[in-house]
Amino acid sequence: MNTATSTAYNYKVVRQFAIMTVVWGIVGMLVGVLIAAQLAWPALNLDLPWTSFGRLRPLHTNAVIFAFGGCALFATSYYTVQRTCQTTLFAPKLAAFTFWGWQLVILLAAISLPLGWTGGKEYAELEWPIDILIAVVWVVYGIVFFGTLLKRNVKHLYVGNWFFGAFIIVVAMLHIVNNLEMPVTWTKSYSLYSGATDAMVQWWYGHNAVGFFLTTAFLGMMYYFVPKQAGRPVYSYRLSIVHFWALITLYIWAGPHHLHYTALPDWAQSLGMVMSLILLAPSWGGMINGMMTLSGAWHKLRTDPILRFLVVSLAFYGMSTFEGPMMSIKTVNALSHYTDWTIGHVHAGALGWVAMVSIGSLYHLIPKVFGREEMHSIALINTHFWMATIGTVLYIASMWVNGIAQGLMWRAVNTDGTLTYSFAETLVASHPGFVVRTIGGAIFFAGMLLMAYNTWKTVRAAKPEEMEAAAKYAVEGAH
Amino acid sequence: MEIGLIRGLGTLVVFVAFIGVVLWAYNSKRRGSFDEAALLPFADDPQGLHNQQVSRSNQE
Repeated sequence: MNTATSTAYNYKVVRQFAIMTVVWGIVGMLVGVLIAAQLAWPALNLDLPWTSFGRLRPLHTNAVIFAFGGCALFATSYYTVQRTCQTTLFAPKLAAFTFWGWQLVILLAAISLPLGWTGGKEYAELEWPIDILIAVVWVVYGIVFFGTLLKRNVKHLYVGNWFFGAFIIVVAMLHIVNNLEMPVTWTKSYSLYSGATDAMVQWWYGHNAVGFFLTTAFLGMMYYFVPKQAGRPVYSYRLSIVHFWALITLYIWAGPHHLHYTALPDWAQSLGMVMSLILLAPSWGGMINGMMTLSGAWHKLRTDPILRFLVVSLAFYGMSTFEGPMMSIKTVNALSHYTDWTIGHVHAGALGWVAMVSIGSLYHLIPKVFGREEMHSIALINTHFWMATIGTVLYIASMWVNGIAQGLMWRAVNTDGTLTYSFAETLVASHPGFVVRTIGGAIFFAGMLLMAYNTWKTVRAAKPEEMEAAAKYAVEGAH
Repeated sequence: MEIGLIRGLGTLVVFVAFIGVVLWAYNSKRRGSFDEAALLPFADDPQGLHNQQVSRSNQE
């Protein structure tokens, strides 16, 4: 090999984010299990304001999306951008700042949400001083990421980096526009928008938090880790280009489907529905591209639980991106909206897709950045895989049953036009589903504990000189 | 210009852009550079490739 220079990747920040992904995953999912149990057994609210469902629910969503998912994305984007660009991270000090800044954001969220300081916008609850900190950290993240792309030692920009890049730019735009607000005190502010406009801005943000944070970015992860773990390049690179442009063009329009049958103008609702339906095409294009990468390597699934995590995550991605467009159809939405079906749909994506692709990617990444051959125990990864799958299936199946039961009971009317069921009766009917959901969530959570133990044992066995050697890479002189 | 016309033209522009992206991506001139780019995850770890050269040459 015509080696010109030998230098080292910046794995320190990747290691930090990878460890915190596991930590915040456990914290966020534990809160999730707790609030699921509160719905089944309301006494668990403890009659304290700080532990009531209304305050812990945003704590759960923020912890799993921005703390667990966010750390997973920082770790994997910093890892893959260096390796596919054959260069070390641009501005390592700024990269370190994104780590500590992001942890501070999470800490402030964990304090402020139970105290009840909230902007009241779903997935954008954090109050304005924290919003400003997020914006600063995010812009610095963009500088580190795009700076690394600019100093790359290869000709092409790998497609995974396109997805990460779009994610960073669009999340900055969404976060800043949706959080334009008028501060009243340090802990209270009001949105600059009002009425239906405020609702539309919120769900333009909210749906693209799903579209760009929880989809585009994790597809960036998929485009690196699936080929890498399968040992084959992506099935079709040209499909991945079309996938990218179609996905980012369409996702931005789908938000109005969160506001069917509200004060939002009817044409905007229909536009959101049509765009959501078209979105099925690029979503499945990407899913098929990931799955087909395994063609000729399917036998690896028999022995490799990491690949199982990745492939099953794609299966859940395909399932929830089929379910989503169906639920955006106004007549289906008339049944499904405000019921547990929505919660089930979200968790098919969140547990099945986002968490499982992250977990699979981390099992690949952690030994690499700690200079180990593989994780401490492959058998434990396999156990974790089955716990995650069974937990997810229990969760979403119980929510389907609950959601459809609730939708049908709420719309049932007697011959004289009065409602057949009181709201309390629908809750009684939902109780078994709430219990099954708690069990499913608890199994998924317990799987994360196995991951923490496995990671702990792997990291404990790591030696500083092995870590240093693992970060070394050689740049080929000829290009 | 009427708002409906602007919206219609917007749809047309996006549609033409989509066809353009597809034609660009599926142009056979791009094949070589796409094949190179697709191998980037393995650039620092050629042993990680699983029978790649063999299966590629069988396909084509």
